[in-house]
Parts: sequence; structure tokens; C-alpha cells
Amino acid sequence: MAGLQLLSEYGLRVDGRRPNELRQIRCKMGVFSQPDGSAYLEQGNTKVLAAVYGPHEVRLNRSKTHHDRAYINCQFSMAVFSTSERKRRPRGDRKSQEMDMNLNQIFESAIRTELYPRSRIDIYLEVLQADGSNFSACVNAATLALIDAGIPLKDYVCSCTSTLAPSQGGAPPTPMVDVNHVEETLGGPGLSMSTLPRLDSVVHLELSGTRLHLSHIDPVAEKAATGAADIMAVLDKAVRGHVAQCLHAREVSGQGADA
Amino acid sequence: MEVTDVNIRLACDRICLPAVSENEVQKLFTPGEDIPTCAGFMRGHGTYTEGEDLKASVAGVKEQVNKLISIKPLKSRYNGEIGDVVVGRVVEVQQKRWKIDTNARLESVLLLSSVNLPGGELRRRSSEDEKMMRKYLQEGDLISAEVMNVYQDGALSLHTRSLKYGKLSQGVLVKVFPSLIMRRKNHFHSLPNGAAVILGNNGFVWICPASGLEHQEDSGSAGGFIQDLEKEVPKADREVIARLKNCILALANSKMMLYDTSIIYAFEESMKFTITELLLPDVMVDVANLTQHRLHLDIAD
Repeated sequence: MAGLQLLSEYGLRVDGRRPNELRQIRCKMGVFSQPDGSAYLEQGNTKVLAAVYGPHEVRLNRSKTHHDRAYINCQFSMAVFSTSERKRRPRGDRKSQEMDMNLNQIFESAIRTELYPRSRIDIYLEVLQADGSNFSACVNAATLALIDAGIPLKDYVCSCTSTLAPSQGGAPPTPMVDVNHVEETLGGPGLSMSTLPRLDSVVHLELSGTRLHLSHIDPVAEKAATGAADIMAVLDKAVRGHVAQCLHAREVSGQGADA
Repeated sequence: MEVTDVNIRLACDRICLPAVSENEVQKLFTPGEDIPTCAGFMRGHGTYTEGEDLKASVAGVKEQVNKLISIKPLKSRYNGEIGDVVVGRVVEVQQKRWKIDTNARLESVLLLSSVNLPGGELRRRSSEDEKMMRKYLQEGDLISAEVMNVYQDGALSLHTRSLKYGKLSQGVLVKVFPSLIMRRKNHFHSLPNGAAVILGNNGFVWICPASGLEHQEDSGSAGGFIQDLEKEVPKADREVIARLKNCILALANSKMMLYDTSIIYAFEESMKFTITELLLPDVMVDVANLTQHRLHLDIAD
């Protein structure tokens, strides 16, 4: 196939989605018993595990504690088998270090850290299968894990990516939401946006890949924002289902004590 | 090499909690959701104000006491309250105090002045005692204690000034989520099956032979720092403890509340299985369901 295009002449993408269609999201909370909170999230074929420990006392590196708020430590790592070519090291390279910093900043603005002075919250993320939008999937999984751990958040943090398919036959270029791996490698700009949908604020925005004309930024960013809002609806449904399940079991078993 | 009883199951066959529609429980709130308020409300835990609105910051149900509105999360770290019974592990010996890990967000402190030292209640604490601290409790020791005070930053201060509390010797520690422990008057239970449990409010459950708790009450002059590791626990007692541990895990897996009745019922319902079988996921669910059923019958009576 000579030119694999981002958008076919029928308006479909390489995996058959419409430009404004998200990949299927499947998630599960409370997958581990050891951490305080954990979650597993699939966004299409991108699969991520998140585990949250804390808030707990800082044992090592006491210099990093803040006397008025919690210290947040995120660790992003990709399993060596997550990509088509085996990775040499799962974490610690330049790219993951940058991801760690971005994650730290995102969650410092979303978690109500002032409630936990002198404590530390650890968020560990592991990409099991990388099929594009890894960072976004990580942010979404970490949000679920934090909610599972009962850590106060201002709002859900939802992240989504978008890109721009070049113009075809005179039509204007089309923005596309939730980029997968093939679309990432085909080139074009990649915009990743993390938002607090209910508060209507953006906590992280990153543009990578080829350059984007200034006039195109607004539609592409808007696409990512609506994508994030859609993701929130999916996550919210999952959280409510999980909480209802656990509460039900607890309420039924708790009645016996009063009898 | 002979291998017996290998249990292999498919991930797709795993058992999950039964799905519950949201209508069957109270109204749920999720982070960022607006909470309907009355005039002059007060902001409680799990909420925050954004301008005029009150918003939830955790996922859970609303609890309202007069004008105080709070949202209670499903699970969280242990939030201590004065008078709680806790089980904890010594992590550090410092000057005049021990640091205890109680699953709270900061380590708790046990002051030298809030323990009963050997030789009577009214003994003066000298610098000799400070040097001897590691002899009483050292890193890794388990203790039961009561929450005496909650400091400004949320750290807990404990005391063991009762013969009920003190160092724990032989037994098993089970960790569950703190919210699964039901608050009762009594958290020390001697069960009819010959074991005793301490249901720590912080989610640490201690199971020991029944003689383990009585023994401490007797050792008045030693101040509860005796650890009898010589005494052999008979096999029958150990089996009871192991079964009890598996039952508690089964209940916790199904998110059921832990208190004396539920534990005793689970223990009795588990008798038709062997102890090792109790670790299989489907058996765990079965035991939890049977216990649930018996608790229901109790309510009906």
C-alpha cells in the first residue's frame, strides 16, 4: 500500500473509526490488594496498570517532605514486552523521566495535597501494551487508582490526544481524537491534553510531532477537550458501578451487628 | 517430584462481586460533583468549596449531621479517633518514644511515659529506662494499643496503659482495609473455637490462641512486655488460627464487614472445606455468601 492515509476518502481512519470516535475503554478498580488503590485500564489495545501507595510517612529522602502539603511521586514505566520491538530498559530513560515530571505536575494540581502535610503519595504506572496515547491512558488509569485509594481530588483528571489529518481535495483538514500507534507513526502533529472536565480547566497540554499551523490549534485542542469529557463519562460510570457494588456488600453484611 | 493439587483457572472464569445497579444503594457522589446543600452548611471531610458550590472530592456516600456535610470514601488510610483499639508494628526506637506503623498516613508515636513499665504503675521513669527501651520493644515487634490523642497534623499518639494492651507474641496478623472493621464496644474477642482475635480499628487483625490474651492479663507486674516464644502452640490451635485467617480474608475479599458474629459464622460455615481449599476464589465467595445468608436469618428473627 503506497500511501497509508490518516483518513480514507470515505472519512474513516486506519482502524475504521470516525474522526471523533474514541477507542473502546474498559477498566477495573481495585485489582490489587497490597496497594491502597489500584486500577487497570484498556483504551483500545493500550493497556495500563496503576497502583497508588499512600498517603504515608516519608522514610527515605526526608528532605523532600513539605510541611504544608503532600509530596507526590509518580513513576512511569513501560513493560519490556509492551512494544513490538523489545525495550531495553522499562524506566529511567529520558522519555520516561519527562513523563514522570509531567505526571507529578498534573496530579499536584488535581490532588488536594494541602490535606496531607508531611506525607507522600506514590503513583506507579506500568504500560503493558503500548498502542498509542500511552501517556493519556496512564493519566486516566492513575485517576481511577487515586479514587480507589480514597484520596481527595478536585475532579477527575481525564486525558485525551488528538491529531490533524491533512486536507483532501479542497476540504479543510480534519481533527481526529484518541490517536493510536499507527496514526502516531504516520506523522502529523500530536496534541495531548489533560483536563479537569467538571471544573472546565486544562492542567496539561503538550504538542509533539510535526508543527501545527496556529489557525489549526483551536479545533485540534477542542477535539481533545471533548474527547476528555467523553472519557470522563466512561470513567464516572465505572467508578459508580464499583462503589455501588462494594457498598451493597458492606451494607448487607453490616446489618447483622445491629440485630 | 510429585506434585499434588495444582489448581489452574482461566482469567475469564474469575468471580467478581455481583453487579449492583446504582438504584439499590444510596446516592453516590464522585470527585468534582456538586452536592446539593442547605443554607449555612458546613464543609466536612471529602468535600471542598469552589466559589459558592460544595463539591465532593472522593467517591462515596453523603453523610449529614445537622449542617455538617461530608462524603465518606469506600476505603482510605486509617483515620484515628481517640479510644480506638489499634494493632501496630514498631518501626523505630527514638528518644523517649517509639514510632509505630498503624496504617495511618503518618507514623504514630508511643511515648515512654504512656506505657506501663514492669514494676507497677507508679514507677518513675529514669534515664535508665530510656536506655532500656529497646529491651521492651524493638523494631519489628507487634503491639496492641489504644489511641490516646490525635495531633494537629493528623499523627496519632498511642498508649498501652491497660493490661489488655502490650506486646503481642505468638499469632497471625491479617491486614484488611480499615473501613471493613465495624466499630464496636469491644474489639478483643475470645472465640468459642479456642482462638482469640483483636480487630484493630486500623484494619490490622491479630489472631492468636485464646491463652495468648489471658496470659497478658496475668502478667500484671511485667507490664505487658512479655513475649513467650518458648511455649508450643498445639497443632489443633494452629489449624483453628489458619482457618480463621482464611475466613477473614474471604469476608474481606467480598467486602463484608468484620465483627465477632460475622467471623464466627464464617468460621462455622467454612467447616465443610479444608483449610487450603479456603484459599480458592470460588470457595471464598461461597463462604462469604453462606455467612451473608446466616446474618440475614438473624435479622429476620
